[in-house]
Amino acid sequence: MVLDVVWAVKWLTLCAQAMAEHRVELIELDRAIGDSDHGENMDRGFQAVLDKLAEAAPETPGAALKLTAMTLMSKVGGAAGPLYGTAFLRAAAALGDSAEIEPAAWAGALAAARDGIVARGKAEPGDKTMVDAWTPAAEAARAAAENGGPDVLTVLVAAAEAAEAGAVATDPLMARKGRASYLGERSIGHRDPGAASTALILRAAVGAAA
Amino acid sequence: MKKLINDPRSVVEESVQGFGLAHAGLVTVSTDPTFITRKEAPVNRKVGLVSGGGSGHEPLHAGFVGQGMLDAAVPGAVFTSPTPDQILPATLAVNSGAGVVHIVKNYTGDVLNFETAAELAEAEGVSVRTVLVNDDVAVEDSLYTAGRRGVGGTLLVEKIAGAAAERGDDLESVAGIGERVNANVGTMGVALSACTVPHAGSPSFDLGEDEIEIGIGIHGEPGRHRIPMENADGITERLLEPVLGDLKVQPGDKVLLFVNGMGGTPLSELYIVYRRAAQILADRGAVVERSLVGNYITALEMQGCSISVLRLDDELTELWDAPVHTAALRWGV
Repeated sequence: MVLDVVWAVKWLTLCAQAMAEHRVELIELDRAIGDSDHGENMDRGFQAVLDKLAEAAPETPGAALKLTAMTLMSKVGGAAGPLYGTAFLRAAAALGDSAEIEPAAWAGALAAARDGIVARGKAEPGDKTMVDAWTPAAEAARAAAENGGPDVLTVLVAAAEAAEAGAVATDPLMARKGRASYLGERSIGHRDPGAASTALILRAAVGAAA
Repeated sequence: MKKLINDPRSVVEESVQGFGLAHAGLVTVSTDPTFITRKEAPVNRKVGLVSGGGSGHEPLHAGFVGQGMLDAAVPGAVFTSPTPDQILPATLAVNSGAGVVHIVKNYTGDVLNFETAAELAEAEGVSVRTVLVNDDVAVEDSLYTAGRRGVGGTLLVEKIAGAAAERGDDLESVAGIGERVNANVGTMGVALSACTVPHAGSPSFDLGEDEIEIGIGIHGEPGRHRIPMENADGITERLLEPVLGDLKVQPGDKVLLFVNGMGGTPLSELYIVYRRAAQILADRGAVVERSLVGNYITALEMQGCSISVLRLDDELTELWDAPVHTAALRWGV
């Protein structure tokens, strides 16, 4: 399996499918500690990404991710639009013009995405935000790339599993950033919607390589 | 719940279309991307004022576009901030060369999207100054939250900064006056019932028949704490005391008292709240020089209200009194 532009387009297509399938679930998570719009916005954003990909036919994975970034930034709104937009833009910049993504490059792209989200949203690990899914995902991908040799699927799986565990681990946290932070202790016991959608995105990356 | 809509996904689009048709003499509605501009924009040599945010708070912000207030309003999806691809063309459309002030409510999404748009506008040679509104005293500990929210005070900032721009103030002065209003206003709200976002289909939170939520924001996001229902005077005291404490209102202070409805509470009840609030201010020796009562910054059909107090000085009073002609606020013209 190579992570080329065909994989990238399939990944983004699976992201759109996942957002449509989990739309109501994300709305419900957001309803509990936010304002009920995350599932709707992510679904609308990734449907727009599909339209753009069909029009533009990008030639490299980086180009596909850059197109995704610009579309999410202009279509999603809320905090998620600029945050995911920045994440995909930084990942695209890290990948450059490469036709294929090596394991270490994927780990590097995830780290760049995470750094972009932190720079834009000013959240730290433990604040009960999407950073709590991106941070373990980037670290797991780096560790897997260092230990696992050339098998890229191992790296994708490591990142997805770490993001999923990171999302689950937001349940007991008290929110300190974003709209849930206004709830204080009442945010405890709920999963962060942004961490949940991050896990869906990184799981879709595995699905595209399978 | 029942809603007077055609399709949950076209609520904002169809509502904005209707607004444009109803107020064709005041505003121009642009579509794809959606934003609303004052008919005469850009007004020669005047600083442009742009505000925006999620829809569902009508008449905020489109209802305040016109002479003496905003030059453009940028509506997002319901309770979702607008995107830079809307904010940027709205900013360019109202720039006469004197620069543009962005009036932004302090919510993470609004701040991030307006910040991005301001950077893009600067790159196109437009000077942008941002006035962040964060008047909600319900949010106590800024260190562990995204900071105080922008609520009822937003209208006061838009009106007074709009009057400053209309009289010919430059970019720094208009922004400075907006910041002065924000520094002197405090607001606290209450919800008696939740609201239902059209595409979500169920209420944004569950509130018992005999419960109220103190410190509510304007997006149906839960507030500071939940208490059993009380009468209007009791609720008014709970809302006003933290505001007066935050502003450190002294005897002799001149203030503007603004009782804002959340969309589902009748005007008669808002006046009952106003009555008690005015009594409390009088007991404190404060002088209520100006007042405003009505549904101006709403949360769909939520029942409840917010109370804002703005400490006035002569200049702010003069700017408040200046002529304004918008769909939702009009006097002196």
